[in-house]
Amino acid sequence: MSMPARQLRTQEVVRRRRSAPTRTEERVAYLFLLPWFAGLLFFLAIPLVYALYISMTDKRLISAGREHFVGLENYVYMFTQDGFFYHSLYITLKWIFLTTPLFLAAGLLLSLLLNQKYFGMNVFRTILYIPAVVSGVAVAVLWLQLLNPEFGAVNYVLIKLGVDNPPYWLADPQWAMPAVGLMGLWGVGGMAIIYLAGLQNIPPHLYEAATIDGAGAWGKFRHVTLPMLSPTIFFLLLNAVIDALLIFGPLFVLTLRGSEGLGGPDDSLLFYMVYLYDVAFDQGFMGYGTALAWILTIIGVIMVLIMLRAERHFVFYESEE
Amino acid sequence: MAQPTEQKPIRAPRFPRLPRLAHAVLVYALLILASLFILLPVGWMLTAALKPDTAPVFTFPPEWFPTKYWTWQTFHDALFKEKFIRYGANSAFLVVMNVIGVVLSSSLIAFPFARLRFRGKNVLFTFLVATMLLPAPVLLIPQFLLFYRIGWYGTYYPLWVPAFAGNAFFIFLMRQYMRSIPIELDEAARVDGAGYWTIYWRIMMPLCIPVLTVAAVFQFMWTWNDFFGPLIYLDDPEKFTVALAIATMVQRVGTEWNEVMAANLLVMLTVLIVYFFAQDKLIGGIANVGIKG
Repeated sequence: MSMPARQLRTQEVVRRRRSAPTRTEERVAYLFLLPWFAGLLFFLAIPLVYALYISMTDKRLISAGREHFVGLENYVYMFTQDGFFYHSLYITLKWIFLTTPLFLAAGLLLSLLLNQKYFGMNVFRTILYIPAVVSGVAVAVLWLQLLNPEFGAVNYVLIKLGVDNPPYWLADPQWAMPAVGLMGLWGVGGMAIIYLAGLQNIPPHLYEAATIDGAGAWGKFRHVTLPMLSPTIFFLLLNAVIDALLIFGPLFVLTLRGSEGLGGPDDSLLFYMVYLYDVAFDQGFMGYGTALAWILTIIGVIMVLIMLRAERHFVFYESEE
Repeated sequence: MAQPTEQKPIRAPRFPRLPRLAHAVLVYALLILASLFILLPVGWMLTAALKPDTAPVFTFPPEWFPTKYWTWQTFHDALFKEKFIRYGANSAFLVVMNVIGVVLSSSLIAFPFARLRFRGKNVLFTFLVATMLLPAPVLLIPQFLLFYRIGWYGTYYPLWVPAFAGNAFFIFLMRQYMRSIPIELDEAARVDGAGYWTIYWRIMMPLCIPVLTVAAVFQFMWTWNDFFGPLIYLDDPEKFTVALAIATMVQRVGTEWNEVMAANLLVMLTVLIVYFFAQDKLIGGIANVGIKG
């Protein structure tokens, strides 16, 4: 007996949903959003405005009296007199340009191997993903020992392979960055897993069509796999570049040894964030450190914009066709 | 395999015309090589960790797998003498607070974006997405100074309170997930007299458990592995987290390296165990959020 009444009410509900939001619904929505608004205000808006201000002051961590407003002096100093700024930027960009293509390619190769339909692939997948899960600091603690020039396992393997004078790795300005790169290569399985997801989303019929068209293995890779995988590659590239700009923890472990100080031998590992940390938290120049952070952000935004522009030419989205 | 997906086996491109056997051998050889590259260092770490204080940690040639020594005492020392049980508890506290904070607040914030109508919804959502791209380094120092000013330096507050304001990435993820849940469920509940809170808490939350798990596991890994936050905010060694403690231990003069490796192994194992249990859910999670063309 209650059926008609129930239907009526359901219809009412449906009709109501199409009309303008009710006062209650709106009030409830904003109530739910309250924690977000609070976070935006306290952890975003206020710090952001404050960051603009302190980057234009001589704010110190521990200072007698208030900071002074110095206008753009920090920025002028950075660009005209601060050799470390340019050096750290150079180190960071060098790292990005040298290692990102390497990591992206190694990850892709690994994912192609993992995508083969053989027995035991799950085991390999799990093993190769291990380094991506554990913390960068823990990995660096391990590699600090593996890269030990005298007793390290890396040099032992190199000697066994017939290298007479294996490098001093982290103690040698020439070899410090390759050493970090080798450590980075250890974690490339993380990328491989994301590639793998991309590979498995490629519809099989494309490969079938390519076979019918007479494409060989390389042809299929070049004309099916690569274009279909390009959104994944782009996503990984974007992430890799941003991560590389912000790399810090592992370097802290690898370089802050004894009297060497942050930055490694001859500052060969003075990445941007390492320098920023050193300026702001070790030396206590908060104002200048914030100015450095703004410039890093601007560099990051420019790089992202460049990549987004390039995306149009290199990335293929299925929906376009 | 947890869920029987109806996926056809995919024919991936093969390497240039190799006989089937040669192809298999090549694939396995390369994968075993890559796995050795991962596992040998881990084996070396375990070997070092199992050595007693009297045995040399560094040998030439290196020992890849424990053969001579099986001294579990080192682990005991790492936990109790080097107090990693304490640091682990500190990290665990931060993990719990961050996971609770981020899961509760992010789902709460995602709910109106997925289900309610209000003015400014589209603008706010665009803004939310924009904040995902926000520069962390710029906020670092001002946040530090503000927390410093209100007396939070040296406490755990800066390391977990912000989690209760939600995480843009998870909000986005949860909103997408909630939108895939049929709206009829809400309507039926409303007909039965349920309010918005009941719909959120009693209907959405239980259905969202998969996506909540993804968020919780990610947050666990981030918090457990976080280094920069503890480094700048904590000054009392009693309050150190595992990542900070291990980095500090490495830099100390006269460190027992077998204990460092034991501690390091424990730090890695914790997160690995959690990962293994959540593996299937996670990879799908990463893939789904990551690659939305």
